[in-house]
Amino acid sequence: MSTLEIRDLHVAVGDKEILRGVDLTVRSGETHAIMGPNGSGKSTLAYAVAGHPKYTVTSGSVLLDGENLLEMSVDERARAGLFLAMQYPVEVPGVSVSNFLRSAITAVRGEAPKLRDFAKELKAGMEALSIDPAFAQRNTNEGFSGGEKKRHEILQLELLKPKIAVLDETDSGLDVDALRVVSEGINRFRSSGDTGVLLITHYTRILRYVKPDFVHVFAGGRVVEAGGPELADKLENEGYEAYTAKASA
Amino acid sequence: MGLETKPLSTLHEKSSHDVADFPVPTGREEEWRFTPLSRLKGLHNGTAAVTGGVVVDVEAAPEVRVETVGRDDARLGKAYTPADRVSAQAYSSFEKATVVTVPKMTAASRPTVITVRGSGSGAAGYGHILVSVEPMAEAVLVLDHRGSAVYADNVEFDVAEGATLKVVSLQDWDDDAVHVSHHHARLGKDATFRSFVVTLGGDLVRLSPSVSYTAPGGDADLTGLYFVDAGQHLEHRLLVDHSVPNCRSNVTYKGALQGDGAHAVWIGDVIIRAEAEGTDTYELNRNLILTDGARADSVPNLEILTGEVAGAGHASASGRLDDEHIFYLQARGIPFDEARRLVIHGFFAQLIERIEVPEIRERVLSAVEAELAR
Repeated sequence: MSTLEIRDLHVAVGDKEILRGVDLTVRSGETHAIMGPNGSGKSTLAYAVAGHPKYTVTSGSVLLDGENLLEMSVDERARAGLFLAMQYPVEVPGVSVSNFLRSAITAVRGEAPKLRDFAKELKAGMEALSIDPAFAQRNTNEGFSGGEKKRHEILQLELLKPKIAVLDETDSGLDVDALRVVSEGINRFRSSGDTGVLLITHYTRILRYVKPDFVHVFAGGRVVEAGGPELADKLENEGYEAYTAKASA
Repeated sequence: MGLETKPLSTLHEKSSHDVADFPVPTGREEEWRFTPLSRLKGLHNGTAAVTGGVVVDVEAAPEVRVETVGRDDARLGKAYTPADRVSAQAYSSFEKATVVTVPKMTAASRPTVITVRGSGSGAAGYGHILVSVEPMAEAVLVLDHRGSAVYADNVEFDVAEGATLKVVSLQDWDDDAVHVSHHHARLGKDATFRSFVVTLGGDLVRLSPSVSYTAPGGDADLTGLYFVDAGQHLEHRLLVDHSVPNCRSNVTYKGALQGDGAHAVWIGDVIIRAEAEGTDTYELNRNLILTDGARADSVPNLEILTGEVAGAGHASASGRLDDEHIFYLQARGIPFDEARRLVIHGFFAQLIERIEVPEIRERVLSAVEAELAR
């Protein structure tokens, strides 16, 4: 049983305050959707929690099972059980997918997997996400299409098995087939029941495949409304206009 | 900027076998301005007294002929004429030369390894090597520089029609060595030349690989890798002279620098003369600056004197490790030091894979690992 607890989080980029007091709690077995218009600060929340150096936390706290994530380095947060699936996964020249994943698994599990076990695990993981096995030898994300990059993110999610996963617009840029494959991956990850998911999205489309327990509307750098899955239906019909007007008022 | 008024290349302005034809450099000349002359220990002004210098050992493939010859051997100095003072000094001063011949229509069954071992700190010397690959022959050559010396030499690669020569040159000197070297490849019709330069050790290494073509169809790949530590000056000056039609060249040099006073210099001159129609050339230099206090000078220079090229381009970039690469790896739990190691390793990996000799590939890989562990 794990809990990610975000309390009154304020985050700035340079002099500009982007997050203005975010409160959010994600527990194992729960899926939370954060929905909001472009520029509302959704991705800032994801990156700030993961520890990207561009974002400065000016006040508030982020606890994972009571431990202060904000005092940890980026890699310590990941090893503590946090995972961020990125909207724009980074291309790392000269580092093969296989080498990258083995290094990540070794770091997160605290010991290097046996080569044979790793090969088996990787093969199964790639098959489940319909990733061409040849990708294992390619450079990480280099020359991957948008959809291939997102599948690769979910492959990492399934291999690293974090306590809490933050998925930042994992659905963006996916065609219907890729969206289904990626959603199935997320659902496999959720099915154990002892992981929590924070799903950041602009559109309701992915929520037809990955059913949220809670929906939060994000605007102006904070959560402005919270509810159940029915809130997503409301957004589907009415859009974000009501919230953006409120936020800028 | 009219092409007519521009000299073809400062590196190619004059050439002579006689050291007296070159004034002692002052450091203000274009071709010497990056080199700290005071650290050349007299190689540039004739004050470096010959004191043993180096020992040259050749471990040859059975098909290859190896000779040690005197200064008067008529074959020497035909493929290359010295283009600067130190090169001419070396040509005027060497006592014995090594001549390696790959007979025509012969494929050497294993690499020929020439080990140039410095005799010790302060030992000065001059050398000359001629590698002659006769028509339709094929060979792999390793030049392995080790130990310590103050050493200047010229290496001629004469690659005849239809022949192929692959060279790996390792500058793996001790910390106090000084080495100034010219490697010149002269390519005949449809000849193939692959050069892989790895420069890791030495206080000052200045290596000038150059290529000329005598007939169409010549194909040259010049690849280089260097790792510059605190206080080291590692300089590579490339010159590809396209003077005949339909030849190809590709230059790819990558370096990493770390530590106070680490200095890399890369000069990439490519000339496509008016008569060299159908030339295809590309040159690239990348420098990864890992710490403060390190400096990379990178000067690509492409002079095109014909409108009929198949391809011509150059790129140069020097920068720090990309924070986004490191963040991505760290976000997957990989600690900073390991992430850094992976990214730097990746920066070089695609180059190292091109080394044809497995033992050398392994040696270069572990040398890079050792540099990263410093």
